[in-house]
Amino acid sequence: MQAPPAPTSRFVVVLDAAHGGDDSGGHSGSWNEKSVTLALSVRLRSLLEARGIAVVTTRESDTTVASEQRIEIADHANAQACLSLHASLSGSGIHLFASSLAPTEPAHFEPWRTAQSASITRSLALAGVLNSALLHAGMAVTLGRMALPVVDSLTCPALAVEVSPDRTSGESPVDSLNDPGYQAHLADALAAALLEWQAEEGHLGAGPS
Amino acid sequence: MIPRYQTVLFFLLLAASILMGTILWQLRNREHQHLLQGEQSTPTQAPQVAPAEQATLMVANDADDSLVTRALSLPLPQSPNARARAILDKLLDLYATADASHPVPGGASPTSPIDQVFLLPVRTAGIAARRAAGKNPQSESELAVVNLAGAFAANHPSGIETESLTVLSICATLHANFPRITEVHFLVDGQQRETLAGHADLTRTYLTSDVAVTRGAQP
Repeated sequence: MQAPPAPTSRFVVVLDAAHGGDDSGGHSGSWNEKSVTLALSVRLRSLLEARGIAVVTTRESDTTVASEQRIEIADHANAQACLSLHASLSGSGIHLFASSLAPTEPAHFEPWRTAQSASITRSLALAGVLNSALLHAGMAVTLGRMALPVVDSLTCPALAVEVSPDRTSGESPVDSLNDPGYQAHLADALAAALLEWQAEEGHLGAGPS
Repeated sequence: MIPRYQTVLFFLLLAASILMGTILWQLRNREHQHLLQGEQSTPTQAPQVAPAEQATLMVANDADDSLVTRALSLPLPQSPNARARAILDKLLDLYATADASHPVPGGASPTSPIDQVFLLPVRTAGIAARRAAGKNPQSESELAVVNLAGAFAANHPSGIETESLTVLSICATLHANFPRITEVHFLVDGQQRETLAGHADLTRTYLTSDVAVTRGAQP
């Protein structure tokens, strides 16, 4: 979904539901990663918009969106936070990944594949805020840094959020990831974290015009 | 008017040509298959007569997203490339076991999950300066090119964490056993591929120095 560029004075969050259309992402039987990421994106968008935060999404349905298109949408939004949403049957809890690029000073033109390096310090700060909120919500969190094709090219503070099964629930991994209660709990925690990030970024009360 | 015997002769020669062409095509295919099978059957297990040596595996652990050092005694071949491949095969064998800390079923394929490992000198801009300084113009650092088997990549679980742990444990294991390896690049079936199973970037060259810093790092 192509959104018009947002003015820089607004607090904007980009939600990138990874995969979609021809690209199912991870899959096992009838379970598809693309469905979980879209459901989480829709749920989180509703929560954020209800709190007055402008949200730009890279897709709103089961459509194929190329990586370059996702990057263009996010970079044109002048967002203060970009979350690339993923899901995996491996591991447990929530995995937060920041780019492994080394930080650099912001420049007028950033190389396409390493544009995130100018924002990595803020991305790590954003990871800290999300980590605190998720732990506060009682969720297991692991933090890491990795080369990620889409995140590495984003100019906003960006993280990949990977949802893995809640191993403490007693449900099967597929049931856990498809559990609306688990998704709602995660979306609530992420929304709370982004509100806190909004306050830290100095956008208190700067809702959409 | 063409005599009948010439017509018959023509068709006989034509049939013979087609038959010979078919036989040649089959022989070519058979030889090609033999060649491919020969590549696949390159020994990855060291001969048992080789003395056992200490190898260090950096084993991924999904529980805490970490790499755990594990020392093993293995019979290893002398060639550095074969040696690197044998050590990585052992690492991926561990991931294929039932109680693996980082389960990757692809490691259990009947053929080796690693097709080849090539160790190459890293090209540096300071070759002339090194030569002028009386040093070996070749860089002391090495690039490892790890050619993964397509079956291993196809069966690898999808996910950022699981894919990154596999990639980083391979990089860390190579560096632990060959300290000169500073860079690692991945291929799948000899071709560059965008991701391992949809997430971990395989188009970039990984620096082993980054691996040590980033795993377990708290943002």
